[in-house]
Amino acid sequence: MTKKYTIRIRRYDPQTGKNWYDIHNIYAERRMTVLDALNQINEHERAGISYRSSCRMSICGSCGTIVNGKSVLMCNTFLKDLEDPVTIEPLRNFAIVKDLVVDTDAAMEKLRDALPYTTFSITKSRCESVQTPKQLEKIKQTSQCIKCMLCVSACPIYGLDYNFMGPAAAAIAYRYNKDSRDHVGEKRLDSLTGRNGVWKCNFVGECSNVCPKNVDPAGAIQKMKVMGVLHCIKSALKPKLKSKSKSKK
Amino acid sequence: MNPIKEHDILIIGGGGAGLRAALSAAQLDPKLSIAILSKVYPTRSHTVSAEGGCAAAVGKDDNIKNHAEDTIIGSDYLADQDAVEFFVKHCKEEILLLEKWGCPWSRSADGAIAVRAFGGMSKKRTVFAADRTGFFMLHNLFERTYLHPNIHRYNEWYVTKLFTDDKGVTGVMAIHQKEGEMQAFRAKAVIIATGGAGKMYKNSTNSVIKTGDGMYLAYDAGAALKDMEFVQFHPTALPKTGILITEAARGEGGYLINNKKERFLKDYVPEKMELGPRDMITRAIISEYRKGNGFNGPYGKYVELDIRHLGEKVINEKLPQIRELAIEFMHTDPVKMPIPVTPAQHYTMGGISTDIKGQTTVPGLFAAGETACVSINGANRLGSNSLAECLVFGAQAGKYAATHAQKNKVRSPSAGQIKTETGRIEKILTNEGNENPFKIRDEMQETMDHHAGIIKNEKSLSSGIEKIKHLQRQFTKIKINQNNTVFNGELITTLELAGMLKLAEITLLAASRRRESRGAHYRTDYPKRNDKKFLNHLLISKSGGIHMTPSIKTEPVTITKWQPRERKY
Ligand SMILES: Cc1cc2nc3c(=O)[nH]c(=O)nc-3n(C[C@H](O)[C@H](O)[C@H](O)COP(=O)(O)OP(=O)(O)OC[C@H]3O[C@@H](n4cnc5c(N)ncnc54)[C@H](O)[C@@H]3O)c2cc1C
Ligand code: SF4
Ligand code: FES
Repeated sequence: MTKKYTIRIRRYDPQTGKNWYDIHNIYAERRMTVLDALNQINEHERAGISYRSSCRMSICGSCGTIVNGKSVLMCNTFLKDLEDPVTIEPLRNFAIVKDLVVDTDAAMEKLRDALPYTTFSITKSRCESVQTPKQLEKIKQTSQCIKCMLCVSACPIYGLDYNFMGPAAAAIAYRYNKDSRDHVGEKRLDSLTGRNGVWKCNFVGECSNVCPKNVDPAGAIQKMKVMGVLHCIKSALKPKLKSKSKSKK
Repeated sequence: MNPIKEHDILIIGGGGAGLRAALSAAQLDPKLSIAILSKVYPTRSHTVSAEGGCAAAVGKDDNIKNHAEDTIIGSDYLADQDAVEFFVKHCKEEILLLEKWGCPWSRSADGAIAVRAFGGMSKKRTVFAADRTGFFMLHNLFERTYLHPNIHRYNEWYVTKLFTDDKGVTGVMAIHQKEGEMQAFRAKAVIIATGGAGKMYKNSTNSVIKTGDGMYLAYDAGAALKDMEFVQFHPTALPKTGILITEAARGEGGYLINNKKERFLKDYVPEKMELGPRDMITRAIISEYRKGNGFNGPYGKYVELDIRHLGEKVINEKLPQIRELAIEFMHTDPVKMPIPVTPAQHYTMGGISTDIKGQTTVPGLFAAGETACVSINGANRLGSNSLAECLVFGAQAGKYAATHAQKNKVRSPSAGQIKTETGRIEKILTNEGNENPFKIRDEMQETMDHHAGIIKNEKSLSSGIEKIKHLQRQFTKIKINQNNTVFNGELITTLELAGMLKLAEITLLAASRRRESRGAHYRTDYPKRNDKKFLNHLLISKSGGIHMTPSIKTEPVTITKWQPRERKY
């Protein structure tokens, strides 16, 4: 059983600067995904459309685009679930490189501000192989991020202010901060509560709505704001605490 | 043409092996300039799809001797035993290293790293992070690279050529896809970590990017390939898409069922049942199909994988991705229904021949991960050994490439070499032919499915070679329609295809030369293992031009403690 679909694809040619929509008709069976459709159009009709893909099983985060207005992964979006005609456009908030390929380099570099790694003291590293299931639970949700950048594409703040670290980097920062094996914590909070950090977010929540892996970056940002407040109070108190302990001596 | 870029070490590939190599080299010497070139963002590498887990003898009742023995028996005695001994000795420290780096390994109730059962492993020894192990490992390694200012990333750069001179490797040529420009690099050492070549086959669990580029680049640069006839087929993939349903589903207690409602493995691997090794289970399924015991579906025959009895809680906790994939891609909830599965190509045991330092037969050129063949996998890899291999031998390659870079001066590829390579790419782009690269690719994949599949014989292999040679001739008349060089998918597909057509020929040639059955290599005309003649590796190298028939040499298998016996489960 096949059904006819009209696929509209937003094209952009960087060499000529031209923008247009390509229209292709295809006959799809039940299990055809949007990614399958593009592959078929390119391979049979030699349309030469540029887009990213790799795993075709919604885990590598390559194939994010806007389909019928929604930020999705193309490889797990089925034509049968979409309204005809199907319109495919590049992610928003990024410069378009060609057709559906956008430039995510800068957003990926933002991960740097998240200090996405653990450090540990010698004593801590001795008990390295213990993390209780409860401690693991704390990082379970945010560690699912596949860096697909759908959230960044959906974020109205990032759209206005490219200096904002963005929801993906924030979710990853939260994940490492909550890791029982981490010691960078304080330094990371300095970075997160800095000028381009979490305060810029005003909790629109679009990021969590589009996230295909249920990471809830918006939730992570809110929790980090709380952590940030505590961190600021603590940093403000620190010199006092120190002088207190000195006076004790 | 831009001026040549220079780094001390170039790593081609940002999957598990490439990233581990980069971190290893960066840690060893923070002064070395290390570059990772990857045709996709490192986090899109195929390692991300690995589900089940990563082997290491960490359990209380386990030890490295058991791990070595299982690996060697699993390999049908073709693994080099010194390499296996080195490998098993270092798996645990790699797991603990990632533990410190924050990899979210799954836990047992007391907080210790948990292990699960896997096929061909006599103990529970597969460390896992739910059923997204590769994903968690890859992201953890990737994120760690941000800590090292001496690791530079060239994301979405496609390497087209390795340059060598009479002293060894000198650099590479790459296409910067975003700019659509070509760029030459020079370096003191190059590590290839480009993964397997599964996309020679249509019916495969591999992602579209697994096209064996590095194997071809190394072969073209004069390095030897080894064990190329050994291709693993996984017993449980989803029909049509080839999406993998991890062995962990059976490790956690799942059953394989035929259309008679029987756990048919009782007739094939009665002692191990669902935990038998992949090669035997795959052949068992094919044999059930031939007896008429398979189910018939819209995408061909299948058997059922039933995990319902594990219960929703265990499934959600230990196999969440399997549930998600089955629902998303098969519209089947495994909590309520068995999952239809069928065998598909999965892993290339063969690859660029290296020693345990990751050194290839070309000075300064190293390789690690699925693209390399050390060989610890021999004729059949045990599930979960390959992620561990990426870590252990990625670290080795990084370390020895760094040592090589410390001791040697950089040499440049010659202007002539660079010009020839640019000319070759331009020629492909402007070739005035009429052949469709996608069509040739499809025909190659179908040829490999039929002629170099689970069950082979001389007739199918030699006619396969003829078909591939025909496709190679067609390839010279290829036509690329897309003229813009920015993210030119047709060009990349064509370059990948050029390599795969050669690798396909090599795979068929080696399979035809090996007149016995061993591990994943099964021939109906030689159904028995023949240690007298074939307890050796086949080493394949370029002989004359790239279009000439390669030369084949044999190399004895290294045996340390385990004398070959009959392999029975
Ligand atoms: C579905 C699936 C599940 C699996 N599950 C498991 C498991 O549970 N346990 C286990 O041990 N093993 C598993 N495996 C096997 C394992 O995942 C792979 O063998 C392993 O991840 C390979 O890693 P790698 O680093 O060698 O290569 P890859 O991860 O494939 O990375 C290759 C890299 O090379 C780059 N590259 C390739 N060509 C070029 C080029 N021309 N120019 C520039 N860059 C290039 C790519 O961009 C990529 O970064 C699984 C395999 C599959 C297919
Ligand atoms: S948080 Fe979600 S939407 Fe954002 S990059 Fe990660 S997986 Fe994608
Ligand atoms: S192709 Fe990997 S997420 Fe879609």
